[in-house]
Amino acid sequence: MLIHPEEILETIKMVTTQHLDIRTVTMGINLRGCCHPDLETFNSRVYDRILRCAENLVRTAEEIQNLYGIPIINKRISVTPIAIVAESCQSEDLVSVAHTLDRAAHEVGIDFVGGFSALVQKGMTPGDLRLIQSIPQALATTRKVCASVNVATTKAGINMDAVALMGRIIKQTAEATRDAGGLGCAKLVVFANAPDDNPFMAGAFHGIGEPDCVINVGVSGPGVVNHAVRELRNPSLGEIAECIKKTAFKITRMGEMVGREVAQRLGAQFGVLDLSLAPTPAVGDSVAAILEAMGLESCGTHGTTAALALLNDAVKKGGAMASSSVGGLSGAFIPVSEDEGMIRAVQRGSLTLDKLEAMTCVCSVGLDMIAVPGDTSPATISAIIADEMAIGMINKKTTAVRIIPAPGMKVGDMVEFGGLLGSAPVMPVHNFSSEVFIARGGRIPAPIQSLTN
Amino acid sequence: MSSSRFVITVIGLDRVGIVAGITRVLAEHQVNIADIRQSIMDDLFTMIMLAEAKGENFDLAAFQQAMQAIGKELGVEVIVQHEDVFRFMHRI
Repeated sequence: MLIHPEEILETIKMVTTQHLDIRTVTMGINLRGCCHPDLETFNSRVYDRILRCAENLVRTAEEIQNLYGIPIINKRISVTPIAIVAESCQSEDLVSVAHTLDRAAHEVGIDFVGGFSALVQKGMTPGDLRLIQSIPQALATTRKVCASVNVATTKAGINMDAVALMGRIIKQTAEATRDAGGLGCAKLVVFANAPDDNPFMAGAFHGIGEPDCVINVGVSGPGVVNHAVRELRNPSLGEIAECIKKTAFKITRMGEMVGREVAQRLGAQFGVLDLSLAPTPAVGDSVAAILEAMGLESCGTHGTTAALALLNDAVKKGGAMASSSVGGLSGAFIPVSEDEGMIRAVQRGSLTLDKLEAMTCVCSVGLDMIAVPGDTSPATISAIIADEMAIGMINKKTTAVRIIPAPGMKVGDMVEFGGLLGSAPVMPVHNFSSEVFIARGGRIPAPIQSLTN
Repeated sequence: MSSSRFVITVIGLDRVGIVAGITRVLAEHQVNIADIRQSIMDDLFTMIMLAEAKGENFDLAAFQQAMQAIGKELGVEVIVQHEDVFRFMHRI
């Protein structure tokens, strides 16, 4: 037998007991051909286009899942940022576009559709503004639509007018979904350096330099890495890094195989494989648990940033060796509500918002799925966003903020979102005002790091 | 997908008739055994087979269902996966 029995059993264990899965197969669909001044015509073109491209997506993904015995948890679609393709629509309100996306998503049977998005790092067009202002209503009246706004890049700096606006939009979105604990905000991300090919939600969109139709795959596996690290006997940190690298390699290989097969069967191009350790609320499937396996008593204590840096880097190295198509965000996610270890760390008082911010300097994205008190001011939310954008801009990396000012909730309460989104403990924010700073508006200029030509 | 070969893994408590039961379903679906290994690991019966679908109209979904049904009958877990998943994951 060419394949060793131990390898077979290892693979089976990864899936059955360590929660290894393909988190998402995401089809990127170009909508640039759908532009039309009449909003209704535009909507019907978008609907038809999505149905034409994705009608077999779910069935094909399920076939591949059965063929290889590897679960594919979500099937998703990302589209060209709607602000761009709806720019010429003669309508103040773009909520109906979100409804169209939601209807198409239901029709083809996918879990989420991303791309109700705008890229405004240097300034806003009238179409961008219309889209952003439609976000609260769009997210409150759809189930599967995700929105994102890129407000900063290393090349352009930070659009502080957009940062100020997003603080207000996030508050309005929370209010519009008050009955669900502000759930709308879980479907809204503010980015710096947003990648064009990210398959993960809520931030996926089909970037401008992308092909007509593409398959991007997101693989997860914190449980597998956690297990592998815990199996080591009194390892040095170098040995831990080595072990994570090897594990990441195996996970990535599997994701690439699945991605290529799905793309080939659908006649789409294979885009990227995004190996992101995306935790789930399942016990052990946790990034915090990996950090604690390295020797920290509780995630968030001193040493956490260093441990996360080791983890994130080793994941990338293993992935880069395994596939030439690694892209998207690739690294470790640190969402609070989706990670049982992070939730416990917050509840025990070892993990604070400030420490999470420090961790985002070395993790693959940013402040993710964090609930703050419902009376947090828009300016404070904008200031939290500004800090995170600055980290992304200066470090030439993607950073993001997905924050939920949970209506009516106070520090210590738990907000329940259900499913993969989990539940979030409400965390305290600083009570000193950032109002004047945020009200200044304008742009934080691009840093010296942008002058690379 | 480079072949029509599958790895069939059977794990569970040992009892009389596991091999007989499993191989009967294989024969019914025109699936040939290319290689077979069986051992008792940690008190668990573990059998790994490399099998090849010979029928022209081989229906993977129906085969997997039949294998799961016989597994349930025998009180063991049966997993059928295309061989590529192991090749890709463990080999460069």
